[in-house]
Amino acid sequence: MAATQEEIVEGLAEIVNEIAGIPTEDVLLEKSFTDDLDVDSLSMVEVVVAAEERFDVKIPDDDVKNLKTVGDAADYILKHQG
Amino acid sequence: MSSTNRTVVVTGVGATTPLGGDASATWEALLAGRSGVRLLDEDWAADLPVRIAARIAVEPGTVIPRPQARKLDRSAQFALIAAREAWADAGFTARAGEDPTVDPDRLGAVVASGIGGVTTLLDQYDVLREKGVRKVSPHTVPMLMPNSPAANVGLEVGARAGVHTPVSACASGAEAIGYAIEMIRTGRADVVVAGGTEASIHPLPIVAFGNMMAMSKNNEDPQGASRPFDTGRNGFVMGEGSGVIVLESAEHAARRGARVYAEAIGQGISADAHHITQPEPSGNGIAHALQNLVEATELKPAEIAHVNAHATSTPQGDVAELKALRKVFGHDVDHMAISATKSMTGHLLGGAGGVETVATVLALHHRLAPPTINLDHLDPEADGDVVRGEPRPLPAGAIAALNDSFGFGGHNVVLAFRTV
Repeated sequence: MAATQEEIVEGLAEIVNEIAGIPTEDVLLEKSFTDDLDVDSLSMVEVVVAAEERFDVKIPDDDVKNLKTVGDAADYILKHQG
Repeated sequence: MSSTNRTVVVTGVGATTPLGGDASATWEALLAGRSGVRLLDEDWAADLPVRIAARIAVEPGTVIPRPQARKLDRSAQFALIAAREAWADAGFTARAGEDPTVDPDRLGAVVASGIGGVTTLLDQYDVLREKGVRKVSPHTVPMLMPNSPAANVGLEVGARAGVHTPVSACASGAEAIGYAIEMIRTGRADVVVAGGTEASIHPLPIVAFGNMMAMSKNNEDPQGASRPFDTGRNGFVMGEGSGVIVLESAEHAARRGARVYAEAIGQGISADAHHITQPEPSGNGIAHALQNLVEATELKPAEIAHVNAHATSTPQGDVAELKALRKVFGHDVDHMAISATKSMTGHLLGGAGGVETVATVLALHHRLAPPTINLDHLDPEADGDVVRGEPRPLPAGAIAALNDSFGFGGHNVVLAFRTV
């Protein structure tokens, strides 16, 4: 069953918390991975791999650069999840 | 600013070792003659010929928060812990620049490892085979590269004068400190954070060193296995950890009113050109390093009161080192209190020069030479005054101490320090 946007943001928050140590409640739609959440380009690869597994979605490398905010990632996953 | 023969001093020490989570806990254990060696209880060790090692006393995961720790090889975690301690011990309160007493453009970092991020390399290869391409950590390269500990320490303190990683097997840590002394002496930097680190307690390195017949297989008596200069020695015991010091030009230290542990007199370096792993048995290669030290500095053999020997507990190496001391210093060796601290810490490979420099500097500062444990029967060929039993008080007045480190490949590095 496909995840809702709310469930996706919740899942991303847990992933970001695991990888960057940011409290889950700070992981909000408008937050930038790089500027607000201490997720650099290497850690972003980890976020993407974890999200792919969790939401059964493929995020090609070329699309990762467009995922600037948590909202960008949630929308992408919502649209592409299996 | 750019004079070429400036005096260099030690203003901070830090360590995380099999004996303690910081320099003072390590020093207390060295004085008490405690062994950090134990039986490896991990499943992977059960069937290995060598099942003993000197594990770190305080796991780095209890000190470094997980989000940062997961991006660092264990060797870099050790180095960061030791460097933070040394940095604070030197009296710095923040990164260079944020602490106005140190200019980032005049700050260096030189931290070495003998093997680099070997556990990261091997663990990630397991991940690749067992879980596939996507699961290999994107942090793998910056974790396993041998300059990773130096780079991470440089980032931590804000070092912009240069970040370096000399690699010379078990002499690496000492070579790093020697390099740092030269950076300050020649005017490239005013302050340098320098030392060594190693984290290679993993089945492959243990098996590989074991197959070279280099390690003690005394699994029945872990704490008695590392026994430098004893007739019963039969190889080294692998240890893990890091030792880091802060070196500083004497003017810079005086200007900010820093506490000074010792003067860093300089280094003597040579190479054996004899064999890829066997030490040159007459000690000539080591003697050459000692001669270079005396010629390059104002060190007087008569002032040397203490030697922290390389002495790894191998049959050939321990004796060759004492032969070299006798060859170069003659009867002056008789007033040198010789300590083999690897009897307690095990052999930290590239970390040894760092940890043993911390021990050497503290020995001068406290005027106490640590004992050598497990020395029940001194090898008749071990020609020197090896301290055993209680710590040995060192004489008053200006005294100097040496820290010897030698590595596979025939590398010989001797560092010299003096009381202030």
